Amino acid sequence: MNVIPPRNAPAPVRSPEGEARGRESAGQPVRSPEGEARGRESTGQDTAYNFAYLDEATKRMIRRAILKALAIPGHQIPFGTREMPLPYGWGTGGIQVTAAILGPRDVLKVIDQGADDTTNAVSIRAFFARIAGIATTTHTADATIIQTRHRIPERPLREGQVMVFQVPMPEPLFKLEPRLAETRRLHALGDYSLAQVKLYEDIAHQGEAGSAYNHPVMVGGRYLMSPSPIPGFDNPKLHNSPAIMLFGAGREKKIYAVPPYTTVESLDFDDHPFKPMRAPHACSACGSTTSYLDEIIADDQGGRIYVCSDTDHCGENQRR
Amino acid sequence: MSAALLEADGLHLRFGAVRALDDVALEIHPGEVVAIVGESGSGKSTLLRVLAGHMAAQAGRVLYRDAVGDAREIGALGEAAKRRLMRSEWGFVHQNARDGLRMGISAGGNIGERLMSAGTRNYAEIRAAAADWMARVEMDPARIDEAPRNFSGGMQQRLQIARCLVTQPRLVFMDEPTGGLDVSVQARLLDLIRGLVAELGLAVFFVTHDIAAARLLAHRIIVMRHGRIVEQGLADRVLDDPRHAYTQLLVASVLSA
Amino acid sequence: MYVAVKGGEAAIEAAHAWLAERRRGDEALPALTPQQIEQQLGLAVDRVMAEGSCHDRGLAALAIQQARGDLIEAAFLLRAYRNTLSRFAACEPLDTGLMRVQRRISATYKDLPGGQVLGPTFDYTHRLLDFALAAEGHTPQEAEAVQATMPRVTELLAREGLMARDVPDDGTPPPDLTREPLPFPTPRPLRLQSLARGDEGFLLGLGYSTQRGYGNAHPFVAELRMGEVEVMLAPTELGFAISIGDITVTECQMVNQFAGSAETPPQFTRGYGLAMGHGERRAMAMALVDRALMAQELGEDVTAPAQDAEFVLLHADNVEATGFVEHLKLPHHVDFQSELEKLRSIRAAWEAQA
Repeated sequence: MNVIPPRNAPAPVRSPEGEARGRESAGQPVRSPEGEARGRESTGQDTAYNFAYLDEATKRMIRRAILKALAIPGHQIPFGTREMPLPYGWGTGGIQVTAAILGPRDVLKVIDQGADDTTNAVSIRAFFARIAGIATTTHTADATIIQTRHRIPERPLREGQVMVFQVPMPEPLFKLEPRLAETRRLHALGDYSLAQVKLYEDIAHQGEAGSAYNHPVMVGGRYLMSPSPIPGFDNPKLHNSPAIMLFGAGREKKIYAVPPYTTVESLDFDDHPFKPMRAPHACSACGSTTSYLDEIIADDQGGRIYVCSDTDHCGENQRR
Repeated sequence: MSAALLEADGLHLRFGAVRALDDVALEIHPGEVVAIVGESGSGKSTLLRVLAGHMAAQAGRVLYRDAVGDAREIGALGEAAKRRLMRSEWGFVHQNARDGLRMGISAGGNIGERLMSAGTRNYAEIRAAAADWMARVEMDPARIDEAPRNFSGGMQQRLQIARCLVTQPRLVFMDEPTGGLDVSVQARLLDLIRGLVAELGLAVFFVTHDIAAARLLAHRIIVMRHGRIVEQGLADRVLDDPRHAYTQLLVASVLSA
Repeated sequence: MYVAVKGGEAAIEAAHAWLAERRRGDEALPALTPQQIEQQLGLAVDRVMAEGSCHDRGLAALAIQQARGDLIEAAFLLRAYRNTLSRFAACEPLDTGLMRVQRRISATYKDLPGGQVLGPTFDYTHRLLDFALAAEGHTPQEAEAVQATMPRVTELLAREGLMARDVPDDGTPPPDLTREPLPFPTPRPLRLQSLARGDEGFLLGLGYSTQRGYGNAHPFVAELRMGEVEVMLAPTELGFAISIGDITVTECQMVNQFAGSAETPPQFTRGYGLAMGHGERRAMAMALVDRALMAQELGEDVTAPAQDAEFVLLHADNVEATGFVEHLKLPHHVDFQSELEKLRSIRAAWEAQA
């Protein structure tokens, strides 16, 4: 078990005062008006934050959006994004979704490019540890919430787990039609010929679908969705998954979702089916020939080695 | 509704003080070609747009009898139903090919789009249909992967026509289809249209200021002036024996071939 | 055997420490205080308040210091802070007609009631670097705000029927850009809110473009006024409005031509700009863009970027813009790997055919 417990945490106490005390000793301040005022007065910058940073009204607003999103799989729900202490583009949508659903007993994993220790994953994990005091982990198996940028873990997810994807551009058609007013109509009419035509063009000109990542998917047979910039290799993991998939786009102010056991199909033609792609090599560290690989330039002569992008998965393989 | 394919009555439309459509009524039957002629400002283009559902009249209605025989009032159709109609049973050829084609998409993609829109998911099938239609509009199928911006004006119009016809529509609207083209190119295009109309049994409404084109293609002619229909009837009759003073003026102004 | 590089956490800490050093700079020099910034770099403070969407001079000054003078970074800090504040009331609309004017000019009339008041403006300075400032500096003379009746120029025109009056307020609370996402088409209150917090440079460029032919504009500054206005709040306990303080704002009303339609006679139309503090460039650019964005409603052809509401409003927010532009620095190697593999695959097929 590689669960990092909350800071200074004793066993959780059940009475309300006890709960408050319990949260305090977990290193995460309780929000009381006097406490807030004292906090601001004494340092000018250090304020008492609500659990997971967002105030309860904002969390309710985001949860309502999430519920709507789950009720209409793949459909983008607008929401009133808040400015977060991390910049737009750094995952504010994912962070807000996670903050809205996080509870004190959750175990959070944060990955970027498949790895737990890329700088932004480190930064986001530290943020949640600081303003929520929850347990964090690098093991997919032990996590209840996994916030991710650009990858889905190799290990199959199970019921009860929630994936939170950081999404830059939620609109799957944006490169073909930048106008939001127009794409809204297209979604309402279920008119995705633009995307299908683009696919036709790719095949006509280069023999295969053009999108290596962020390949659009049809959810529940009704809505075309951007799976976020995950490699095409990861698209099949969305199909019929036991986990809940939530997608947050902060800057573009949209939330969407795929509930468990939903049909998710990558856009293709019957006679040109979608092909998940990976580098045709084995991982230098664990030998896997089935996981998605990072290409590392190993020396000045351009020598290359390939290593699993999913660091947790690689580590587990090595331990076996 | 009568046996007409499309009928309109009591159409009114004003832009400020200008009456673009003033109590217009007409109809078209399956397989019929009707030319709407008049000078610029006569309201003919506005009429076409209203008939084709691109614009709403302020009074009156347009009724269309669809493939299963139901009378549909165009003004009352929801957006989704209208789109379906426009992509299957109807076609629209714009005066400017840029308005009717995706200039950045290949000829094959342009023609195939309606099929893909209708749910066809087989790449080879789409490609074969596109190549077939290119041949039928006398384009070289080898150019199937080229973008329309590389084609001449006449070729772009042929591509527009192919794009409309691929779903075998029953009614096609054309807005000055030969406008802006070379005279010889115009003639060949008109010939093509005439052939396709006969072969496919299409009904066509086309707007033109070119009387000669009207004579060549149309079964019936409708003459418009200041938003009103001043005369209509069989093409030969209207052109050889114009009754309204304005029609007489129009006909007389055409240099005989 | 390849061992993955770790130590992201340590790297971040070291980066922050270096940043703090840079922020302080040469220790031999006295440290800046936010009070100095608030007083002596007042226009920077005004800009940060406008783009941070929060009127607090002290916080804006602190943000500028923390951001080492990067005003967009400072606006971001202020916005993020603003989000932690609980909102308990809304004030009445500011009545700029009651402004204690420090500066008021009109380009449409040579003279008018209340007069042309220059105020503290750069407008007629000669742009020669003043090295005396680098020395001890001058003692400023305190100028008084002008107390005179200053009817609005736009009101004078409206009375003559030459300018349309804005639709009177029916009491419904306006939509709030900071609470709900922007809908398209966007109603004018939300357009104005977006522009009020938009990047000054972006608005300036767009406004400039309308003057150079990209979009109609024959604009005149009907009135530009800067001064203090009272902020009135009506607490539910009292049931009437009380003044909770005053703030400085800059307001610009631009007058443009309009041809009229079948229903309305030809009239002047208005472009409106409002900025916190002394922000003339912002208020004027905002007024130009506000007018350009009315094109569709007024039945004008939408041909220029400044007239395209989606284009303008979705790209005006510099905190969003800088986030997305700068996020390209984050690792993207997984996606790039996919692109590499795809390209290799397509190349292989291409070479096989050749």
